[in-house]
Amino acid sequence: MSLTLMPLLQQFMLLLAALVLFLSFVLLAQARLVAAIHIFAWQGALIAAVTFTVAVTGDAPHLYFSALLTLALKAMLIPWMLHRLVRQLGLERHTEVLIRPGLVVMAAVVLVIFSYWVVVPMVEQSLAFTRNIIAVSLAVVLIGLLMMVFRQQAVAQVLGFMSMENGLFLAAISATAGMPLVVELGVAFDVLVAMVLFGVFFFQIRESIDSLDVDRLNRLTETLEQDSGEQP
Amino acid sequence: MNALLLTLLTPLVGALLLALIRSLGPAGWLNLAVSALTLVGAVWLALSVGLDGSLTGMGFRVDAFNIYLVVLTAFVGLTTAIFSRPYMRHVCAEGRVSVGSLRIYHSMYQAFMLTMLVALTTDNLGVLWVAVEGATLATVLLVSLYRTPEAVEAAWKYFILCGVGIALALFGTVLTYFAAQHVLQDPDAGLSWSLLYDHAEALDPTVMRIAFVFLLVGYGTKIGLVPLHQWLPDAHSEGPTPMSAVLSGLLLNVALYAVVRFKMLVDGSLAETATPHLAGSLLMGFGLVSFVVAGLFLHRQRDIKRMFSYSSIEHMGLMTFAFGLGGPLATFGALLHMLVHSLTKSAIFITVGHAAHIAGTQSIDRIRGLIRTQPAVGWSLLIGVVAIAGFPPFGVFTSEFLLLTATMQTHPWFTVVLLSGLVIAFAGLFRHLHPMVYGAAPKGQQPVQANMLPVFIHLGLVLWLGLSIPGFLAAWLDSATQLITGEHLL
Repeated sequence: MSLTLMPLLQQFMLLLAALVLFLSFVLLAQARLVAAIHIFAWQGALIAAVTFTVAVTGDAPHLYFSALLTLALKAMLIPWMLHRLVRQLGLERHTEVLIRPGLVVMAAVVLVIFSYWVVVPMVEQSLAFTRNIIAVSLAVVLIGLLMMVFRQQAVAQVLGFMSMENGLFLAAISATAGMPLVVELGVAFDVLVAMVLFGVFFFQIRESIDSLDVDRLNRLTETLEQDSGEQP
Repeated sequence: MNALLLTLLTPLVGALLLALIRSLGPAGWLNLAVSALTLVGAVWLALSVGLDGSLTGMGFRVDAFNIYLVVLTAFVGLTTAIFSRPYMRHVCAEGRVSVGSLRIYHSMYQAFMLTMLVALTTDNLGVLWVAVEGATLATVLLVSLYRTPEAVEAAWKYFILCGVGIALALFGTVLTYFAAQHVLQDPDAGLSWSLLYDHAEALDPTVMRIAFVFLLVGYGTKIGLVPLHQWLPDAHSEGPTPMSAVLSGLLLNVALYAVVRFKMLVDGSLAETATPHLAGSLLMGFGLVSFVVAGLFLHRQRDIKRMFSYSSIEHMGLMTFAFGLGGPLATFGALLHMLVHSLTKSAIFITVGHAAHIAGTQSIDRIRGLIRTQPAVGWSLLIGVVAIAGFPPFGVFTSEFLLLTATMQTHPWFTVVLLSGLVIAFAGLFRHLHPMVYGAAPKGQQPVQANMLPVFIHLGLVLWLGLSIPGFLAAWLDSATQLITGEHLL
């Protein structure tokens, strides 16, 4: 189906999904933590907008609630918590030194192509419309994964993790018109608890290695000489 | 349904109560009492399922496959709670954790049991995901309980790797739901395993194939399949020993359970396509690689708990391989192996906890002369390792023998790999074990106060299962086999 033949709302959804993907790229290469948190919040708001659009088109009233939940959780609560943590840790002005950002963005492009390649077999079964969104959300998930590998700063890794969750929300909303309510609430609860625990860990990590550069967490390796033997 | 409510609500209430209790003594006893009540609920549930057949409704499903895992989970939860009470008092007396941290410990112990039981009994694949992710969240603070740099690192690795893995599993779940939308009328029922299983042949094979890859990678991270196993040895070695026992004995099983449930759906969906055994082949490949690689890694270990966590990876690999092989004999063997491995491995971890107290270290090089110092601990470790290495007359031998027979029937060449893997693992375990249990004890090594009751019960059960599997259990496992493969073995 060609793009211009789609109903306007579907085109609008595709636009929003494309923006989500675009923000994933921006997040990947954003070295300043605070700016990255803001981008993440905008990504969450876009996901909420997609949910809202699906609710309008698909006549699915429970999605209004889900849009509200996403907006509250992804665009407000979690960014706020991250912002507060960053302030408490004194990292407002922290700028990470990125290693070869150009190469990483190229890798992200490859991931997008890969995502489209993965969903090609689904072409015959479903409309081009859903296929596009599944590919986009898979790409967002994989770019989040890439970000967790590429960034060394713990807060940035958490942003990668949360943007993976955003990709999953997008997949659930656009491909299937939303998961059942109980699952959605459960997932939201898990994400929230995970965020609280991440906060606890930031302090534990800083206490133990005096920085949040998790590349320095390298004590446990296969060939470790166990000289700190006081641990039953 | 009452039994199910008792089984699930007890740990929930327990987790909330234990979060409130400040003093250590009552908390340990309450933890024990809650675990005991959970086991009562689980046995009651098992009896009612045994008498009336499988139980479905209200989003839950208890059938022959998961009920024995429910009982096993509650049982190991109880015996580990028996061990944990004096052990954590000892740790606290040493000053390695504060009383406040122990409050978190007890509360999270029950929260972990709750997530395990919910994951096993739920019919909803989404809730299954939520529960497995909840299990990570409940245990991650426990891994870093000692607050050493190593423990924090292990916990962070565990959190990040399992978080990523489980996110991929959610993507697989979404794809499954997507496939279900074209089959089932009611969209809210689209994640109900029972309904999906009834309509498995109508699920779109292309979508299910992609979904299964994501699910296998996702839940496979939790099973500890190589190369996604990196978190497992760290989390097991740095966390408190009771956690190692329940992680190894229960969490890995539940993740494997989730994969097998999805495999049943995918097999139904792919039955008519050109690759009907795709899911099975993937499981066999991952399982075999984990089995062999973990066996080799056993040789290089210097930390006793790391060594036994590699042994867990090895056994999980073997079970994954067996479920992938399919067929009634292999499935029966795998189910039995799940049971005996959990019992043996948690007994070993409990013994290792005592051994590490005696020696004051987890380093294999410095644990010496256990039998001289404290025969009960030394012998238990020796017998436990003999059992886990697959010697007769223990239950692990029976299940491994069944698995080898099944492999011989369908894929004779893999028998060679399996046998050499078993020998490699055996050698790896014993070269480290021998100096630890025999030999002279270092000067001044004192016995510790150890409650060996859980170990004796576990090893006794494993021995019993090796000598004769009781009729009701065989019938139980057989009906689970029938559920998974569609054929009876007995």
